[in-house]
Amino acid sequence: MKSGTADGRVVFRSAWLPYALVAPQLLVTAIFFLWPAGQAVLQSTQLPDPFGLSTEFVGFENFTYLFSDRYYRASFLTTAVFSLSVTLVSMSVALALAVLADGVIKGSGTYRTLLIWPYAVAPAVAGVMWLFMFNPSIGLVAYWLKGIGYDWNHVLNGGEAMTLVVLASSWKQVSYNFLFFLAGLQAIPRSLIEAAAIDGAGAWHRFRTIILPLLSPTTFFLLVVNVVYAFFETFGVIHTITLGGPGQSTMILVYKVFADGFVGQDLGSSAAQSVVLMGIVGLLTVIQFRFVERRVHY
Amino acid sequence: MVRNNRVGTILTHALLITGVAIMCLPIWLTFVGSTVTQQDIVRPPLPILPGGHLIENYRNALFSGGNAPVARMLWNSTVMALGIAIGKIVISLLSAFAIVYFRFPGRMLCFWTIFITLMLPVEVRIVPTYEIAVKLGLLNSYSGLILPLIASATATFLFRQFFMTIPNELVEAARMDGAGPMRFFKDILLPLSITNIAALFVILFIYGWNQFLWPLLVTTDPDMNTIVMGIKQMLPQADDYGNWPMAMATAILAILPPVVVVLAMQRLFVKGLVESEK
Repeated sequence: MKSGTADGRVVFRSAWLPYALVAPQLLVTAIFFLWPAGQAVLQSTQLPDPFGLSTEFVGFENFTYLFSDRYYRASFLTTAVFSLSVTLVSMSVALALAVLADGVIKGSGTYRTLLIWPYAVAPAVAGVMWLFMFNPSIGLVAYWLKGIGYDWNHVLNGGEAMTLVVLASSWKQVSYNFLFFLAGLQAIPRSLIEAAAIDGAGAWHRFRTIILPLLSPTTFFLLVVNVVYAFFETFGVIHTITLGGPGQSTMILVYKVFADGFVGQDLGSSAAQSVVLMGIVGLLTVIQFRFVERRVHY
Repeated sequence: MVRNNRVGTILTHALLITGVAIMCLPIWLTFVGSTVTQQDIVRPPLPILPGGHLIENYRNALFSGGNAPVARMLWNSTVMALGIAIGKIVISLLSAFAIVYFRFPGRMLCFWTIFITLMLPVEVRIVPTYEIAVKLGLLNSYSGLILPLIASATATFLFRQFFMTIPNELVEAARMDGAGPMRFFKDILLPLSITNIAALFVILFIYGWNQFLWPLLVTTDPDMNTIVMGIKQMLPQADDYGNWPMAMATAILAILPPVVVVLAMQRLFVKGLVESEK
C-alpha cells in the first residue's frame, strides 16, 4: 500500500478506498439531509392548490406573506422570550450550583452524580413530569399554590403556560450547564485565587475579576448551545404541556412548523418557515464555529 | 488567605442539598405518582411518600399499556437508540478516517457536505424528510426511525480531531510492518479511540432514546411507538381522564435506561462531553 506525506501528515494513497469509506455518511447525508433541505427550499416557493393535486410557483410570496402574518411575527417574539428565559434560568442556576460544588472539598463528585439525572430525561418526559406537578386540578405544586391563595391555571393563562414550559425546559439544561461550569471552575488554578486572597480581595471580588473572566469561553460556548437547545430541542416540552397554547402564547417557531405543516396542512408556509429556521441554525452554527471553536489546536 | 471555615462549609452543603432536592423533585414526585392509584391522584394533594401499588402499576403499564404495551415500546426505543448510536459511530469513524488519512479529489467537498448536516437538525426539515420517508416506504419501520437521524457531523468532527492528534510515527511504523490502511485502522486506530467511542456512545444513545418529534411523525402503528412518544397518549386528552399512574410508571421506565447508562459510564461520559466540545 502506498503512502506519503501531505501537510506534514503521513497519509495512505488509494484510488478507491477513501471513497468507499465516506460513502455511507455521504449517502445518508444526501438522502436524508440534502434532498429534504432542497425540497423545503423548493416547496417554500410553491403554493399547492386546495386539493393538493398541483402546485403553482409563487416565488417569494410565501415568505412575504409569512413576515406580514402577525401570528408568525408573534411567534418570533415568543421564541425569543422563551429561549432567552431558558438560557438565563438554566445557566444561572447551573453556575450557582457549580460554584457551590466547586467550593466543597469533599463531595463534589457526589453532587455531580445527583445533579446529572435530568440530562438523561427526554424533553418530552420532562414536560410530562412538570405537567404532573403543575396540572391545575391534580398537580401537587398547583395545590400548594392554591393553599397560599394563588390560583394556578396554565391552561387558561398564557403567562403561566410560558413560565411552566420555561421551567421544564431549563430544568433539563441545568445538568448539562452544571457539568461544563464545574469542569471550567475546576480548571482554574488555585494559586491564582490564593494570590488574590493574599492581596486582600474578598470572595465576591475574586469571583468577579478572576473566575468570571476565566470562565468566559465556557460561558460563551454554553450560551450558543443553550440557545440552540431552546430553539430546536424543546419541541417535546411544548407538545406535551401546551401544544402551543393557550391561544398562541407558547407557539415557538419550531412548534409552528409542525402545527402548520402537519396539523394545518399548509405545506407552503411550513416549508417557508423551515427555510427561515435553517437560516437561523446556520447563523448560530457559524457563530459557534467562528467565535467558540477557534481555540482548537492540533 | 482563603479560609475554609466551618460555617461556610455547612452553609455551602446546605445550599447544595437544597439545590439537589429541588432538581430531583420532579423525578421523585413522578415516582410517587407511579405507586398510587388514579383515585389518589385525582384528589390532591399527592402524598409525598410512595404508595403501595408499585408492582401493580408497573405490571399494568408493561403488559397492557396505553395504545401498546410499554414493554413493546421499551423494545422499540432500545432498537432505535442502539441503531442510532452504533450507526452514527460506525459511519463517522469511517468518514473521519478517510478524511484524515487520505488525500483524494473532493476531500474538502466531502468535509463541508458533512459539516452542513450540523445546520439541519431534524426539526428544520420535518415535512420534506417525512415525504421522503413515505416515498422510500420507511414509515412504521425501524429503518425509518433510525436512518434519517444517523448522519451527524459532531461524531465525525470528534473523531477527526482525535485522529489528528495521533503521531505520524505510528502510521509509519504500521506501514513499515507492511500493514495496509484497514489493518492500521483496525489494529491501531480503533483501540486508541475506545475512550472517545465510549463517551460518544453514551451521548448518542441518549440522543437516540430521547427522540420525540421524529418517531411521532414516522410511526402511525401503535406497535411501533417508542416509549418517549407513548407517554403523551396516556395523559388526559380532550374528554378522557387519562391514566396518571400508568403515565407516571411509563415515564419512570422511559428515563431508566438513559439514567442507568449515564450513571454507569459517568466518568467516561463527563470527560467525553467536556473534552469533545473544546
